[in-house]
Formats: sequence, structure tokens, C-alpha cells
Amino acid sequence: MAAVRTSSEVTFNRIAIVVVLLVTIIFLAPIYWIASTAFKPRNLATTIPPTVVFQPEISPFVKLFTKRSQMRNPPTPEEYAAAPWWERVVFDGGEKIVRDGKGEVQWSGYPSRFMNSLIVAITSTVLAVGMGTFTAYGFSRFRVKGEADLLFFILSTRMLPPVVVAIPMFLMYRAVGLNDSHLGLIILYTAFNLSFSVWLMKGFIDEIPKEYEEAALVDGYTRMEAFFKIVLPEAATGIAATAVFCFITAWNEYAFALIMTNRRAQTAPPFIPSQVGSGLPDWTVIAAGTFLFLLPVAIFTFLLRNHLLRGMSFGAIRK
Amino acid sequence: MAHIQLKNISKTFGNHTALSNLNLDIADGEFFVLLGETGAGKTTTLRMVAGLEKPTEGQVFIDGVDVADWGAAERDVALVLQQYSLYPRYTVRQNLEFPLKPKIRRLPEAEIKDRIARAARTLRIEHLLDRKTDRLSGGEMQRVSIGRAIVRKPRVFLMDEPLSALDAKLREALRTELKNLQMQLGATFLFVTHDQIEAMSMGDKVGVLNHGRIVQMGTPHEIYNNPRDTYVASFVGSPPMNLIDGRLVNDRAVMAPMNFELPLSGGTRTGGATDGRPLVFGIRPEDVYLESGAPVEAQVHDVENHGVEKIVTLRVGDTMLRATVPARTAVAIEQPVRFAWNPDKVVLFDKGSGVSLRHAG
Repeated sequence: MAAVRTSSEVTFNRIAIVVVLLVTIIFLAPIYWIASTAFKPRNLATTIPPTVVFQPEISPFVKLFTKRSQMRNPPTPEEYAAAPWWERVVFDGGEKIVRDGKGEVQWSGYPSRFMNSLIVAITSTVLAVGMGTFTAYGFSRFRVKGEADLLFFILSTRMLPPVVVAIPMFLMYRAVGLNDSHLGLIILYTAFNLSFSVWLMKGFIDEIPKEYEEAALVDGYTRMEAFFKIVLPEAATGIAATAVFCFITAWNEYAFALIMTNRRAQTAPPFIPSQVGSGLPDWTVIAAGTFLFLLPVAIFTFLLRNHLLRGMSFGAIRK
Repeated sequence: MAHIQLKNISKTFGNHTALSNLNLDIADGEFFVLLGETGAGKTTTLRMVAGLEKPTEGQVFIDGVDVADWGAAERDVALVLQQYSLYPRYTVRQNLEFPLKPKIRRLPEAEIKDRIARAARTLRIEHLLDRKTDRLSGGEMQRVSIGRAIVRKPRVFLMDEPLSALDAKLREALRTELKNLQMQLGATFLFVTHDQIEAMSMGDKVGVLNHGRIVQMGTPHEIYNNPRDTYVASFVGSPPMNLIDGRLVNDRAVMAPMNFELPLSGGTRTGGATDGRPLVFGIRPEDVYLESGAPVEAQVHDVENHGVEKIVTLRVGDTMLRATVPARTAVAIEQPVRFAWNPDKVVLFDKGSGVSLRHAG
């Protein structure tokens, strides 16, 4: 079949493309800003008008990962020659990397905060999606007494702004020793995401015909086997979509992380801006930290993009 | 193979009564068809035998054993549904293997291969074995679905409108195939349908279900010729039985309100058919004749041409009745014709209860 296009359709398409491009540029501009600042030399980070063309540098990332101190004098040629390449880029800014007595490089707080973010976000996502899927399956397939009320109760846990419960939560956490611990944050984020996960997964599981599992039951499988063999593969799209949303929420969470943690279990979001305060802010380092912080979500979403697209349109069209 | 009994089964969902006081007896090796309209409780009955639904009251017996506490897996029944009966993502072969691989009766690999090969040959789906199920046509899907039931050699086959989603030609072909398969396997079949043609053509025995109650149970012949009440009379048969209000005067049927008269034979008169009692006269369209010398005059209201025959709707006053006549009969709409009926084939129903006098007696 040959596609015949009228001139008005062509015009409409062109306008649509321009609009989409404009919107895309508006959405991508802040990301470009962060990414470009992360590679700028410090003196170009805050110029007005912004510098667009520059020689990209790796120094913000070196600074991000290391502890540094100001140098009184510029490094001697011998010092400069002895230093590895990644230390030389720091010398140019009049700083040197702090080493301990044995000459080991002192790391900044960033890598451990980043690891904390990964541990907390991944664990809480797995827990929330896992429990959410089971709960949703129960609600979807069995006659539960007071089902509507229970579901409303689950949803109602999200009706208060989280900050409202921050102080009581902090006091409770301190009393039981959960403050500044990975476990504490994981519990918090899991509880937070659970209602969302239950509701979303219920929608997805409702769409899977129960005839599939019933056929498996009749064929001699237990309810559990039927769930894992038949329902789970069918729900993969929904699980992927739910996981992405839960991961993003947990990964980006700022307020509770700021209140509940300070060192041991602190995640990246409260850590990155805390670097602003010491001396003159080095925006390139903050941009580098933010840039790296954006990557996991981008990668995760990219890997699951096929599932996500189907997940978004899923349930939107009903018969 | 097995003998299925349902005793005094009732099932309620909240305030809704799906089945009340249902009794069924399906003999070993019998092709039993449960016929009823949508919502009559057919599927609920089937699911109860399968163990997917528990009766509110009453008992289900398989080979004389009360299976109340048996799960679906233990009952060893096979289920074929109208749709969604194949596992998506799986190939045809994987679908056929699936019922042979649960932990409770995992078969040896060679046996699985053998059974799949045999089922595929029986159903002529050998060329489809490695295809994904979403690449199958409707008819192929239902074949595979039946295949998934037969590889197991279950005690009972439960079929929930397996042919309803198919187009007419295919439905006809599969109807014959399914009936042949049942005879070949000698298996017990419980087949649910709303299609009375399927029921009539396939069933050894038919149970007509209406509003959760069995209205009549019997061979297709009994159901067709001797319906228990006006519901069965109008539900079974296409076109349905003509039902005309009237009363009995001097052994003749006098139809209200036009007072046209038709003769009755002694055989149709049974106890209780006294003169003047309000009755409903039932007559199958094929037992209504158009003849020039016949007793009653009518107008031709409508003519439907079905190829080998025509279905003529006759009008006497406000009363309509249908006659099946050979296609060569020349009739035109609004043409006056004369008709008679076969007095041996008339069924008399009580006007109030709708129950046939033969069954009430």
C-alpha cells in the first residue's frame, strides 16, 4: 500500500517535528548544562554569558573523588614530573591531593555516598516491587474481605507529604537505632514505594487473563508454580515499569536522606550540595558529581526502554 | 475415564445465585452437553467439576469419590476454553509439554515425546509444533488447545465453548472432529455451549440449564421432540418451535384470539387436557405444511431462503407462526396461503406454568 500524503498533512508533520524538537531542547538544556559544566575548567564554570566552546577537562572528576588541599607555592618542576597525570590537572588549580603517611591517596566522601545510594535504591526497589507484585496478585485473584478499603488504606499512606512525618520518623529511628543506617533508609524507601508498587502492579496483573493460571492449575501445577511460570513472565513489562519508577524515587530522594543520615549511610543527594558550603563553591565538582549521579537512572531506564514503552500504553486502551 | 456426579449443588456469589439444587449424572464415556444461555450457570458448573470453584452446597463425585477437598491438580481433568487457553510466549510443543511436566506427575522424556507426537498426528498439527502460539490461526489454536488436553489422558474432558470463537465453517469441521475424537478415545466429555446446534449434533445427552437450574435432561432426540416446557421448546431448534395460545374444544385446537381450528390426534392428548383449559400448542416449523386444501388461511408475512429450504412466516390475525417448506415452494410476501399441521407432533403446554402436559402427568 503506497502512502499518499496531502500537502496539509506534510505541513502538519513539519510543524509537529519543530514543536517536538523545541520541547526536547527545553528538556535537555539543564542536562547539557550539568554535563558541560562537569568538564569545564573552574574559571569558565560561572562566566556570563556561559562559555559554550571550551577545552574539556577531566579535573572536576579528579577533584570529585579525592581530598585536596591548597598549596602555598606552585609545585616544583620535580614534583610536577613525579606526579601522575591525574594529579597534574589538580596542580593547575593551585591544589594538591592529600595523602596519608604511607603516601596513599585520600578519597573524598563521594564514592562511598554513591555506593550507599546504589545499595539503598536497589535493595528498596527489589523489596518494594517484589512485595508489591505478591500483594497485587493476591488482591487481583482472590476475593479479599474489605478489598476496596484495604487498597484505599494502602494508597492513603501516600496522601501526606513525606516531610510531615519526617520528625516523628526521625525520633522513632533514633530510639531504635536505625538512624544513619542502610537498613533504616531501605525500610523507609520500601514503605514509601510499596503503595505505588501495589497499585501499579494490580493494574498490570488484572490485565493478565486468569484463565492462563487456571489452565496451569488444572494441568497439575500448584498456585505458586503457576504464579512463577505463567504470571511472572506475563507481568515482566509491568514489573519493569514499576521498578523504574521505584528506583527513580529512591535514587532521587533528598529530604529523608538529609534528616536520617549524616555519614555512614548518607546517600549522594544530600552529599553533593553539602560540598557547596566549604570555601568558595567549585561548581565544576558539583556538576561532575551530579553528572555521575544521573547515569545509573539513565542506564537503567535505557535497558528497560522496550518494556517501559509497552508499560506506559498498557491499560490505557480498554475494550 | 470417569463417572461424574453432581448432587444438590448450589452456588452463590454474594447475593447472586448462580446455581440452585443442581443434579447431574454423567456416565463413563459419555458426551454430555450442558446447554444454556449466557449467565445460566454453565461455566460455573464446569469450574466446579474442575475444582476451580467450590460449591456453596452439595457434592461433586468423580468415580464415586467425593472430591470436595481435591484441588484442580489432583482431579486430573483437562480444560479447554473458548480463548486464552494457550500459554503465550511458548511454542506449540512447549504448550503440549506443559501438562506433562508438573512435579506431581512428571513423565519420562521419551514418553513425553511419544505422546506429543501422537496427539499432533491425531489433530494434524505436526507442522505447527515449533511455532509460537501467537502465530496460529483461531482454528489452529483450538486444535492445539485440544491437543494440550489429550496428551494428558485425563479422567474427564471439560470444554467451555471451545468452538464459539471460530468462524462458521471451521466450527462445523471441528464439531465433527471433536465428536470423532471423543468416540476414538472413549472419554467422558462435559461440553458447555450456548449453541443448540452443537448440543444437538454432538451430545449423547443434553442438559438444558436455565437460571441455575436444570430444566430438562435427555438425549437430543427427547429434548427436541418432547420439550419439558416452553423455555426448552423455544430455546432448542432453529427456527424455534411455534408456540400458540389456545384451548381444547371437542378434541380440536382452537387458537385465541382468531379462533382458527386445527385437528389433534389421540396420541397428543394426555391426561389433564380437558376441554376449555387454556393451553399453549407447540409445533415444530417442519410439521407445519402449506397445502391448497388445508383448513386455515394465512398471509405470508416473511420468507427466508436457506438454500435447501425456505422458512416462511405465516400471519393469522396477530398470530405469527413459522413453517419450514422445500425451497421449490413458490411463495410471495402478503400472498394468501392455506396451512395445516401434523396432528401427531403437537405438544401441549399448560398456559400458566409452561410445563408440557406429558411431563406434568
